[in-house]
Amino acid sequence: MTLRYLKNVVTLSLDAEKCTGCERCVEVCPHGVFDLYGGKVRIVEKDLCMECGACALNCRAEALTVNAGVGCAVAIIKSWITGGEPSCDCSGGGCC
Amino acid sequence: MSEGCCSKSSCCSGGTEDVPAVSTALSFEDMLGAWKVRFGIARMDYLVKPGLYAVGKPNSDSPVLVSANYKLTFDTLRKNLVGLDCWLLILDTKGVNVWCAAGKGTFGTCELVHRIEAAQLSEIVTHRRVIVPQLGASGVNAHEVTRRTGFSVTFGPVRASDIQAFIASGCKATKEMRTVQFTLRDRLVLTPIELVEAAKKSLLVFGVLFLINFIAVRPFGIYDVAVYVGAVIVGTVLMPVLLPYIPGRAFAWKGWILGLCWTVFALWVLGWYTAGNWLLAAGYLLLLPMASAFLALNFTGCSTFTSPSGVLKEMRITLPLIIAASIIGVVLILIHKLI
Repeated sequence: MTLRYLKNVVTLSLDAEKCTGCERCVEVCPHGVFDLYGGKVRIVEKDLCMECGACALNCRAEALTVNAGVGCAVAIIKSWITGGEPSCDCSGGGCC
Repeated sequence: MSEGCCSKSSCCSGGTEDVPAVSTALSFEDMLGAWKVRFGIARMDYLVKPGLYAVGKPNSDSPVLVSANYKLTFDTLRKNLVGLDCWLLILDTKGVNVWCAAGKGTFGTCELVHRIEAAQLSEIVTHRRVIVPQLGASGVNAHEVTRRTGFSVTFGPVRASDIQAFIASGCKATKEMRTVQFTLRDRLVLTPIELVEAAKKSLLVFGVLFLINFIAVRPFGIYDVAVYVGAVIVGTVLMPVLLPYIPGRAFAWKGWILGLCWTVFALWVLGWYTAGNWLLAAGYLLLLPMASAFLALNFTGCSTFTSPSGVLKEMRITLPLIIAASIIGVVLILIHKLI
């Protein structure tokens, strides 16, 4: 069963002009967001993206951008309190 | 960038005779340790030494698998390597699993480059390829690793249980191997730690109730504790278990709905829908579903499919509601108990 989160919130974007069709993003995406179509990659289902940032980090052509981060409420609350970036720092307990 | 590693581990030997061998069989202690960390006991100290390990009888052609030094990760990987001859290159992720460590950057490009160099991998194997778990990709920039070490990075399957099939097929992953799931089992193993963390915070709640009882006209009793504990279990265990089947998408909403069902039912069983108890009943109906909602919202951090943009949006909408309803609920309950 494919679990889906909120619609139309994801910051992932693809600049098809720059894409070289190397398929690294297809390889690293844990949710099957991309596939190859006519020699270039396209976004199949954007709402499945969890903004982990693996695709953008591994895109040599810099065709992909995403505001990557952790989708964790505890991390976001901590970042509000401490003023830092939300990070998956579970040493205090709470997640993963 | 290369300081710090070479002093203690066997990673700098150059020859293969000093590389520690690991078994693919887990001992009773390994399994007991896994259960302990699932419940949060010494979870952040459950680690193995970073560096190179040998599984089976690897030679210079054998594949190199990269992983994290969380012992639960290490054990999950090695028990899936029965019959395989390979090298394990363990990165120092401070005892955190691959995916979380990749998100933090500790399972990252620099650490991988450093471990490849420190282990003198280019003298141990003749090929120039390392297999990195796919979930490490949010921390590992493959072309940067290649540029700096000469080793190409192949992203392996998401799950360690697919690694043998992956290697047997010439390092080709199916779409299934590439996709993260969130099965009932995946969700269940995460619930003990959620429950333990919520229980710790609940001690504070019980302490406050105990103090209020010194001045209360109608003191808090075992039934008050029971309805509260029920709402906590709903938010930390029942919501994760039923996650795919609860209508709606926002986690807080899913938790709230279940929490409401529980509270309505529990108050009915207790017979608290009476004229004399209406403040108490209204207070609990406002407060407890919101408690379940907040705990369910916290489960976003455990889930495998929530985006930070989505969580932020959900929090902006639900947190003010959770806070407002909880405050009103607490006030109503206190009026009932104190006046």
